[in-house]
This record gives sequence, structure tokens and C-alpha cells, in this order.
Amino acid sequence: MTTYIRRAAALCALLLVALLVNATRVQVFQSGAYDDHPANRRPEIARWSQPRGNILVGGRPVTGSRDTGEQLRYERTYRDGPLYAPVTGFASQVYGTTLLEHAENPLLDGSDPLLSFLPLWNDITRDQNPGGEVVTTIDAAAQRAAYRGLGARRGAVVALEPASGRVLALVSRPSYDPGLLSGNGPSVARAWARLNGAAGKPMLNRAVRQTYPPGSTFKVVTAAAALDAGVVEDVDAPTRSPDPYTLPGTTTSLSNEVDGCENASLRYAFEWSCNTVFAKLGVDVGLGTMRDTARAFGFNDPGVRIPFSVAPSSFDTRMDRAQLALSSIGQFDTRATPLQMAMVTAAVANGGVVRAPYLVERTTTADGRTVATAGSPALRQAMTPTTARRLRELMLGVVTDGTGGNARFRGAAVGGKTGTAQHGIGNSGTPYAWFVGWAQSHDAREPEVAVAVVVEDADAVRGEISGGGDAAPVARDVMRAVLKRAG
Amino acid sequence: MTIKAGTTLAAGPADPSPPAVRLPRRRGVEFSLVVVAVLLSVYGYCAVGLAKNGTVPPGAADYGAGLGVLALLAHLAVRLRAPYADPLLLPIAVLLNGLGLVLIHRLDLETPADRAAPAQLNWSALGIGLFIVVMVLLRDHRVLQRYAYVSVVGALVLLALPILFPPVNGARIWVRIAGFSLQPGEFAKVLLAVFFAGYLAANRNALAYAGRRIWRFKRLQLPTGRVLGPIVTIWLLSVGVLVLERDLGTSLLFFGLFVILLYVATGRTGWIAVGMLLAGVGAVAVGRLEPHVHVRVEDWLHPFASIEAGHGPNQLAQSLFAFAAGGLLGTGLGLGDSILIGFAAKSDFILATAGEELGLVGLSAIFLLYALLVERGYRTGLALRDPFGRLLAIGLASIIALQVFVIAGGVTGLIPLTGMAMPFLAQGGSSVVTNWIIVALLMRLSDSARRPYDDARETGA
Repeated sequence: MTTYIRRAAALCALLLVALLVNATRVQVFQSGAYDDHPANRRPEIARWSQPRGNILVGGRPVTGSRDTGEQLRYERTYRDGPLYAPVTGFASQVYGTTLLEHAENPLLDGSDPLLSFLPLWNDITRDQNPGGEVVTTIDAAAQRAAYRGLGARRGAVVALEPASGRVLALVSRPSYDPGLLSGNGPSVARAWARLNGAAGKPMLNRAVRQTYPPGSTFKVVTAAAALDAGVVEDVDAPTRSPDPYTLPGTTTSLSNEVDGCENASLRYAFEWSCNTVFAKLGVDVGLGTMRDTARAFGFNDPGVRIPFSVAPSSFDTRMDRAQLALSSIGQFDTRATPLQMAMVTAAVANGGVVRAPYLVERTTTADGRTVATAGSPALRQAMTPTTARRLRELMLGVVTDGTGGNARFRGAAVGGKTGTAQHGIGNSGTPYAWFVGWAQSHDAREPEVAVAVVVEDADAVRGEISGGGDAAPVARDVMRAVLKRAG
Repeated sequence: MTIKAGTTLAAGPADPSPPAVRLPRRRGVEFSLVVVAVLLSVYGYCAVGLAKNGTVPPGAADYGAGLGVLALLAHLAVRLRAPYADPLLLPIAVLLNGLGLVLIHRLDLETPADRAAPAQLNWSALGIGLFIVVMVLLRDHRVLQRYAYVSVVGALVLLALPILFPPVNGARIWVRIAGFSLQPGEFAKVLLAVFFAGYLAANRNALAYAGRRIWRFKRLQLPTGRVLGPIVTIWLLSVGVLVLERDLGTSLLFFGLFVILLYVATGRTGWIAVGMLLAGVGAVAVGRLEPHVHVRVEDWLHPFASIEAGHGPNQLAQSLFAFAAGGLLGTGLGLGDSILIGFAAKSDFILATAGEELGLVGLSAIFLLYALLVERGYRTGLALRDPFGRLLAIGLASIIALQVFVIAGGVTGLIPLTGMAMPFLAQGGSSVVTNWIIVALLMRLSDSARRPYDDARETGA
């Protein structure tokens, strides 16, 4: 009997070994596959198990977290949600994350290994870091001025600090409250459906994700190319351009909204936005040089990140001369985001140097230790400093003598360029009103702000829309807000 | 056919000789280990509170005092009534019971509307009370052999009882009386073990050596129907009733118990093999035909089928996720998400919480505690001198071993899942009470095994 008992005991030992081997299989060798299984809710639960780090504007958080006590415990909240929505994006338990919430997600939710005190420390303690904080470059006053300035009209505003590339304002209208999408209840699904179906596309970030025909504001690029290439040597000399101008190789003729463009000087043509002069200049400069200049300003670059991705602005690289003529006045297939046009303006204000725009000044851990700071951003010389200086002069003229008078305000030198972009089949759509400009206080050594404003308003009567009338006052308010803070 | 107490027709060839020296009682060791077990449980309780709320839970002192007093009473009963009993059995039972309470309490925090830990503590108290009753009333285990047939009648009645009650979650294993839910099948386990041990102890030689050979050159030999008949009938009856009640885990347990005891009693490997073969054929047939079983087998083979079908992860998939999430070291008590398993997270799937929050390390420790419990039972079986006692010890230990294997293997995807309670750990009053009775009987048996022959005279002097 003893032998049989021992054998039965051996059977029990065998069962124990089977259990241990199988447990090792599940818990060690196959644990990765189970952990990564899409039906496993643990990563999601962990992600929302602690308050998300905050996004700061002007030292104050514009976000927060709310303890719901549910399985996905903390929900995102937003202070001034619609105002900052084009900056923060949303952080939804159902629909994921967008914009800064997306680009800085590992930092905000605490999973970024850089948040750890020591490398691999959290692998040992199995702790989760509290979410880090994102300090933005946004100027609250400028942001608010831009938001208020656009009001109920559709459009976007981008303001940059020319010397650094810091994004001071990033506004898109109409906007939405990202807090509506934070949770996971039926109201969130309803808000999602409503926002996606809304005619005004409130979740579209027009400042960086929508491209528009830049219209006359693109003449800044064309003028830069012409001056740099030596096609125009004296801004006050006649340009020998006809009015109307027949597009090369076609019988289509191009005319102007204003008089006096025939054989006008570059200064006059710039101040009064002569299409004929700039169409001819573009053709005279040639496709290759136009293309290179546009690329130097940032056109045709699909990799722009601030840190979230920006829709690439485009300037066609293969065109006939008629198309080149139209492209040179910001029509045909030329398209630009408001951010791109702000970069063009900033380059002019910054001696021809394009700074890569950025939105995140600094990231820190929850207790304030710096994780990363905005490094010295990439530089690109889009034009010679001389050309930049002459362009600044031309842009000053637009505001003092030309179409941009509405951008003027006391205490600062303001340069700008208006634009009214035709679009739609046969240019039937309501035109977009543009204004790009920069401002420099009288006691400052260089311009402190560059801004691009686009107003698209389907409800306005055609002809009432114009860069000088609709967009310039918004730009003025934004620039004044920035300068007030600086002064 | 009669069963006489202490009947031994012939001693087995390998039976050990009586111990020559007096074994130490080791009650002090038991006491220390019980204290450690209680402290470990309180520590776990505090760890849960710290992880969930950041504070030591206010009930920690009450919980520790409750468990401590219960354990101390049990220890005192052992000191008085079974001074030679194995010193490891009680501490292991206290630790597993305490750990189970911690895990259930931990899951209660996720389901504030449905608290199970207080009831479980009451059931544990009842279990320990019965442990003391057994210690006090049962002075000699051999008395039980007289009640072998009473036991089997009782077992069959208990097994048949739930048929009169409505099924719960597909299984008719519950009896509801005055607001209490009981699983009579749990108690039937002990009674059947007593019957098997008593019957086999009385008839094992007749079973082993009488009967017809069916193949001359093979060692296969069938015992006479007269001897084998009753026990096979009882076994078939109990398994049949359980199949009717759809309690597959327990039928598997009874089959295993029967096979192990038959083998230990007779040593006939041949017809154990035949029995296993028949059982295998039966299992395949049931697996094909019975839809309830078929589903379990399919779930085992394809645990993620419900996800692919768009219904979300089923319990087994969630259980596997929980074990995997624990990894080697676990998330720490109170920090896992095993509540995702949902229904039965505190009972059948309690091990998943242990696996997730204590990791492979903690899970292995729990397995080893069970292994130690079983090993002490088997050691008692080896040391005992009477066949009934030996078979009873082996039977009780095997119940624990098989039960742990069936349910632990089920929730980790080793074998098809069958609903069963993890001994001491899982939520379930009937189960915890039965397990305390099993431990009490093992204590009584080990006391007999280790008690010196001349103890009576010595203590009388």
C-alpha cells in the first residue's frame, strides 16, 4: 500500500508541476501577447487611472481633470475650451486624442519614460508617473483678441514671434468645447455626431489643417523672389507691365481691381495689389526660382510639426507659364495654411530667416522638473536680409498708403499685405479675405509679432469681403495685444 | 458483506513498522506559524487599503482580531484534543482562509453594492467552529468506518437534494433555505471519501486477489461483481446525479477520488487504466453531446472566439488577461483590474485576482501551500497503520489536490473550465465549512499517526 500511496503522491506532484508550468506560460511567456490584445481594457483603464497632466497658457492651466469614480476614472476638463480648442485638441475616452493632447500624450498621461526619476525605475517599482505638464508659447491676450476679433465669422488667426518661431496665437472659428468629448457616455456620442455633422466644421483646425488660396498675400513671396533674383532692382522703377495682362500662351487677359497698374513700380503694385504686375513678375522670375523661394518659405514641406502635424501648403512644381502667372498671385493651385502665411510674414520681419514654428515652450514633470525645452529651431534663409528690409518697407507702405490702413494702430510700426482670394468653380465661391502683417513698437529693435488672418464667410455678400476690410482689423487687435504685453 | 472496524485481512508488504521513538508534539511551532499566518493576512488587508485609499483600513484591527481569535481557538482545541497532530496543517488553513478573505474584501471594494467578505468571515467562523467540534467529539477516526454506509446514504441524499430546487446559472447545485444558499455537494465530498475509504479498507483484498482473469498473459483481472458492484454503483449514482445537475467539476473530482483510492487500496494498475479509458470515452461523448459541456470545451480551445464574434472577451479570456497582467511580480494587492472578469470573480475566478495582484511568484506560493497541505495528508496516510485511516487520509488530501488542479487548471486555460471553488480561497460558505472539516479530519488522522503507542499510559501516569 505504501508504494501505491507514493505513486499517487507522484501523480499529485505531476499535477502541481503542470499547474506551475502552465501559470509560467500565461504569466511570463505569453503575457505580452495577452497584454497587447485589443480586447484587453487594462491599458485604457491605466491611461485614465490618474489625472492627466495639464496644458498651460501664460502660467495657468487651461485643462483639468475630474474624478468620475467610474472604471475609466479621470475625465478631461477644459477651461475656456472653445478658445483653446485649436491648441489643446481633445482627449476623449472614446475618440482618442488630437493636436497637443495627441502629440504630447505620453507625457500628459505619464507613460513617457523621460518622466521617470531614473531610467527603468518604473519597471522595477511598477509605478505610474503622474502626468507631466506642457507649457505652451501661447499669449493669452493675443489668443483672446484673435478669438474675439473673428467673432461669429469663419476663419483662422495665427500669430508668431518672428525672431523665435513661437506661436503666440492659434485660433480657428467656429470652435467647439473639447470637454464635450472627454467622457464615454451617450452624451459624448451625441456631441461627436453633432460636431462632425455641423455645417461650420467646428472641429476643423483652420489655422493649421486647412489650406486656402492665399491670393494677394502670396505677392510677398513673389516680390521676395523678384528682388532676390534681381528681376526688380529698384522698387520705385517702372516694371514695364501691361494692363490688362494676357497670360502667356493664352488669350485670357488678367485685369486689376484698381487703376494705375500699367507699368507701375513694384512699390505701387505692392501697395495697391496689382495682379498684372505680379503675374508678369512671376513669369519673369521663372518657375525654378519661384519654386525654390516658395520652398524656402515652407511650401511643399509635408513634415512641418508644431509639434502636431500641419497640413502642407503647396506651390505647384510643374506648370506652364500661364499657370505660373496665376500661381504667382496666389491663385491656381497655390494653397497655404494660415500658419504658412504667418511664417512668410515672420521671415520678412526677421531679416529673411524662417524659424520653424513651435507651440510647446517646455515640458515638465508634475512637480516642475523640466523634461524638455524647445530647442533652437531649424533655420532657413528664405531671402537675403537686404530683400527682407526692402519688403518690410513695401509692407509698411501697404498700411500707411495702401490697402491695409485698417491694420494701423498707435505706438507701433505696422507692415502688412491684404489679400482677397477667389475660389470655387469659375471663382463663384465667396472670396476669402486675408491679411498678413507684422508690428514693431517704436522702441523695439525688431518686429515682435507676425500675424496671418483669414476670414471665410459664406454668409457675407460678395464684394464686401476684402482683406483690408475684414481681416486687417482682426490682425491689428492681435498685434496690439502682443505689443501691449511686450511693452 | 460486513465492515468491521480495524479489519485488516493482511498487512501490505511495504507497511512501515511502528515508530520506535516518540515524536515531538511541535505545538509551539504550530502556534508561531498560526501567528505568522494571521499577521500575513492582516498585512494583506492593510496593503489593499493602502493601495485603494492611501490609508490603513479602519477595519484592520477588527479583522485581525477576528481571524486571530478564531485561529487561536482552533489551536487550543488542537492542543487539548490532538496534541500530536501535524503542526503545518492548521497554519496553512488559516493562511489560505485569511488570504481568501483579503482577496474577497479587495474585490468587494470594486462592487460596493455586493459585499461578500463579511459573510465569508461568518462562514469561516462556522467552519472553524465545526473544526473544533470535530476535534472535541471525534476521539478516534476509526469510529467513522462504522458509519460508511450511513455516509453514503447521506452523500446521495445531499447530492440529490438540489434537483428539487431551481437551477442557478445553468447548474442545479444550490439549495436555498431561509435566505441561505448551500451547496450540498461540497459536504457530500467528505461523506463519499469516508465511504470509499471504509468500503475499500474492508474489501481491498477481495478486490485485489479474487475474481476472473480475462486475458491469460495480461495481468488484467476483473474482481468479482459481488465486491465491485456496490462501489461502482455508488460511484455511478453520484456521478450520474452530478451530470443531471450539470456540476461537471464535482463529477470529475469524484471520479478522480474513486480512481486514486481504488488504486491505493488494490494496486491494480490494469483496471485503473481501463477505468480511465472508459472515462475518457465517456468524457469525449459528453463533450460532443451535452451542449453545456461542449461550450466549455470550445471556450477552452478558443478562449478568444467570443471576441472575434464581436461579443467582447468572455470570463476565461478576461481571466487569462488578468493572469498575464500580473506577470512575474504582480501589480500589488488592490492595484489590478481582475474585476473585469465580472460574474464569479470572487468565487470560481478568485485565483485570477491572486495571479494578477501577486504575480507568478505569489501564485506559485499559493500552489505550494496547497501542495504542502496535500503532502502532509499523504504523509499522514503513510504513517498511519490502519487501512481505513490511510485511505481516508489519502482520500481527503486527494480531494484538495484534485479540486485545486481542476479549478486552477480551468482558470489558467490548462483544462476546460468547470465551476468549482478554490479551497479556502474562494467565496462560498459550504466550501469553506467543508474544507475546515477536511482539515479537522486530517488533524485527527495525523494525531493518530504520530501518537506513540504508550501515550495513554504515559499521560495516565
